[in-house]
Amino acid sequence: MDATSFKKDFPALRNTDLVYLDTAASSLTPTSVIKQMNEYYEHYPVNVHRGVYKLSFRATEMYEAARNTIAEFIGATFEETVFTRGASSALNLVASAYGLTNLKEGDEIIVSELEHHSHILPWQNVAKKTGAKLIYVPLTPAGRITVDNFKHVLSDKTKMVVLTHVSNVMGYETPIENIITLAHAQGAIVSVDAAQSVPHKPVDVKKMDCDFLAFSGHKMCGPTGIGVLYGKKHLLDDLEPIEFGGDMNDNVEKYDAHFKDTPYKFETGTPPIAEAIGLAAAIKYLRSIGFETIYAHENHLKEKALDALEKLEGITVYNPGTDTGIITFNLDGVHPHDAVSFFDEDNIAMRAGHHCAQLVMRFLDVPATLRASFYLYNDEADVNRFIENVKAARAFFTEVGF
Amino acid sequence: MRQLENLYRQIIMDHYKKPRNKGLLDDARYKKEHIKNPSCGDDVTIQTFVEDGIVKDIRHDGTGCSICCSSASVLSTRLKNLPVTEALKISENYINMITNKPYDETIELEDAQAYEGIKDFPARTKCATIAWKAFENTVK
Repeated sequence: MDATSFKKDFPALRNTDLVYLDTAASSLTPTSVIKQMNEYYEHYPVNVHRGVYKLSFRATEMYEAARNTIAEFIGATFEETVFTRGASSALNLVASAYGLTNLKEGDEIIVSELEHHSHILPWQNVAKKTGAKLIYVPLTPAGRITVDNFKHVLSDKTKMVVLTHVSNVMGYETPIENIITLAHAQGAIVSVDAAQSVPHKPVDVKKMDCDFLAFSGHKMCGPTGIGVLYGKKHLLDDLEPIEFGGDMNDNVEKYDAHFKDTPYKFETGTPPIAEAIGLAAAIKYLRSIGFETIYAHENHLKEKALDALEKLEGITVYNPGTDTGIITFNLDGVHPHDAVSFFDEDNIAMRAGHHCAQLVMRFLDVPATLRASFYLYNDEADVNRFIENVKAARAFFTEVGF
Repeated sequence: MRQLENLYRQIIMDHYKKPRNKGLLDDARYKKEHIKNPSCGDDVTIQTFVEDGIVKDIRHDGTGCSICCSSASVLSTRLKNLPVTEALKISENYINMITNKPYDETIELEDAQAYEGIKDFPARTKCATIAWKAFENTVK
């Protein structure tokens, strides 16, 4: 794949020497997505499900067509595809609506240290309020979740399994299908954080057989402010809404109300209409390139970067076995916030910090790390500039006395 | 020349490598303030001992980047033995300088002047100010 041809699809990469290596936090937005959202704001910028006039009908049609596109993209049905304001709120919905109601003292929730804060804090809350217990899958020395280690913590007390599909720091893919099979054999329900997998590889929720799965728009060339919760239909049917108000009800009396069916009962208030339409456009864009092509391209750049990093002195890579385009590393003895300013000066955008995953930082026994992540719009020239800057930064910080 | 090169020269590296007044005391006369920047993990505690309106001692401890750790050391040397009112005035002036607001250039910042270059790194202003903000909270 010739990535230089994709750079032109992204206005943020035109007429600039920017090397953008922070896709794991947020991806850039292609013109086709911006255009589709502008079209909504320019031609039918009105509410959905409410107005009985032509414009509102069109907005509703586009919004629901977007849901169909997204549902089909992950192998789900329309009813199983709930719009939220991001993966975080989708994962919170599962914890609040399912966890708080169905878990009790003595139950066990299997989690991992690889989880993003948005997949651990909601379940800490469930554990505190219900008396259920959080059980951590032991990670391998490299920091992986394995089926064998999962078996060690799985028991008849396990009621919930809460795991990431791909770690946002280590870039490892969890053997989620095998884990789900084992979890289901114990009668447990599985919530999957797919924010780092759906943008990069085909995910089929029926094949995976997960019970709940969440991802965000803004990590896959879509807009901010939208995420998706997939839930199996019978589970969503049984869940009570956690937010109440307009549009989610179908009959309101003084002391009681009746709610719509899923997905609407979870979508009160004016939804992210332009964002849903934009996310559908992003999916179309990614599919036009093809996920196999994207994955192979990221993998190639990552391997090239890793090969070069391994040859350098004074650099520690924490995930040399990464399965995705995510590389987590440090310049030895240099706080990542000092280091990242060096890269920023050459217009290389990279993440430094704990990546909303403090448990991973504790596992690695570092306060914070640098993270470079590659996507379709990166190319070999980006890798070269990144590596040249790593070398220069290493020399600079050594020279000033770090 | 890289802007960063200016920034990390001498004073900052000196205080980063050889911090003054580092380590907290178990002394009830000291007032303690702990500030954390959750986004990057900078974590600073400042301890001050004020007597008769004078900042008699400043201690600090914590973890973080070189800008954050060194600035705690710099402030401890600059503000020690000053009247609280004067220390606060210097601190306010320093924070204004870092955050690109108007500030009084006639107020002598001494070593703290070295952080002026942070202006060119807006993403790092928090690193350079959290120790000073913690100090202000201990004497306000």
